[in-house]
Amino acid sequence: MSSITFDGVTVRYPGAESDAVENVSFECDDGELVVLLGPSGCGKSTLLRTVNRLVPLAAGRVRIDGNDVNALDAVELRRSVGYVIQAVGLFAHMTVAQNVAVVPSLRGWSRDETARRVDELLRMIGLDPAAYRDRRPSRLSGGEAQRVGVARAIAARPRALLMDEPFGAVDAIVRTALQRELVRIVAELHTTTLFVTHDMDEAFRLADRIVVMRSGRVEQVARPQELFERPATEYVRDLVHAGDDVYRRYFMRGRALLRGLAE
Amino acid sequence: MSYLASHPLRVATLLGGHVEIVAVALAVALLIAVPLGLFAARRPRLSPWLLGTLGAIYTIPSLALLAVLVRAFGLGFAPIFVALVVYAQFMLARNVVAGIAGVDPAQVDAARGLGMSPLQVLLRVEFPQALPVMIGGVRIAAIAMIAIATLGGYVGGVGLGVLIFNGLTLHQPQMIVAGSVTASALAVAVDALLRLVERRFATA
Repeated sequence: MSSITFDGVTVRYPGAESDAVENVSFECDDGELVVLLGPSGCGKSTLLRTVNRLVPLAAGRVRIDGNDVNALDAVELRRSVGYVIQAVGLFAHMTVAQNVAVVPSLRGWSRDETARRVDELLRMIGLDPAAYRDRRPSRLSGGEAQRVGVARAIAARPRALLMDEPFGAVDAIVRTALQRELVRIVAELHTTTLFVTHDMDEAFRLADRIVVMRSGRVEQVARPQELFERPATEYVRDLVHAGDDVYRRYFMRGRALLRGLAE
Repeated sequence: MSYLASHPLRVATLLGGHVEIVAVALAVALLIAVPLGLFAARRPRLSPWLLGTLGAIYTIPSLALLAVLVRAFGLGFAPIFVALVVYAQFMLARNVVAGIAGVDPAQVDAARGLGMSPLQVLLRVEFPQALPVMIGGVRIAAIAMIAIATLGGYVGGVGLGVLIFNGLTLHQPQMIVAGSVTASALAVAVDALLRLVERRFATA
């Protein structure tokens, strides 16, 4: 379905002394879940936001399915790419159903088709449509709100999904549940996904491949297993072996298992 | 209260005139202040200057402003109408700016990221979210305008101010009381009504 290609991508914010993202190149294959991993301020969110053109490029090119995103209409592009952020940003004056229906309605879906899709998505994320459809975001828990945020992002069947620390603000138990659901949904929909996090364990649980970033540059792009076995730099070595790496190996295996079950 | 009891029709007519001038001035003021406020909200560097200017105008004593306006427009409806529109600008525009500035940045980021055009972000997200604060501005402006509009009795022979100024000239305290009590009651009622509307649009 979709691939995302970064080719020498460089970003410099106005007035900044150095590049926020410097000459980044890698490819995210069709249906792949790629995690951008690094400490805060390393440029991972900035890199993510170049895909839907929320951040302009200083140099290089981002392509979706071979199409230069800068050649596409920005608004049309964003409607075809799902977007989930840590702060969720559910529209407070709309109901859950209206939030989920935002992109379908922007794309001119019929009322019936949209309503059917909303119910289908609410069930997919484990919220009973009858109970949740007409609720306001203020009456959702943190975990429920982010589930709705994910449903909103995938509502119009986007060709790619961009997630910026989506589970960073929910508690550990809910986070694990959400991660498990995300793996299931992404495998089910086969949506190419870029996922930003600074959480090593999260990266290892979710990623097909991990892009390790540090001060705007890519340190290594590799499968989780490979990061352990052949860390490209000292930095990557320290990163993967910080904390409990036995635990991480355990989750890699759990994830492979989940993938297998979904397929 | 005896004047109110003995001349209910007279008081009611003047009350109607009072409501009318405030309502029309408020509508015209909104037509100016909303676009002005939205313009300022989009230009954070300009907005303190704009609001500062409107705030400075707001501090001019209303009688002094009216004196100038009477010279320009003559006696009658016009000077008090213009004064009301001018005074309201500060309260209305300030709350439009505050309302838009107070919108949760995450919601604006999500709206843009999901593919709303700048106009759609404004109309579908920012405006509805800012509405309670904007209505709060309308409420404060309306109350101030009801008070200022009593000067219309002095320069234009309109509104409840007629009772107050005639009462002063004719040494009829009952008339003054009737005019001021009715104007105050109007202000209290409008305040209560707009508070209800404000709450109706609150999102939290």
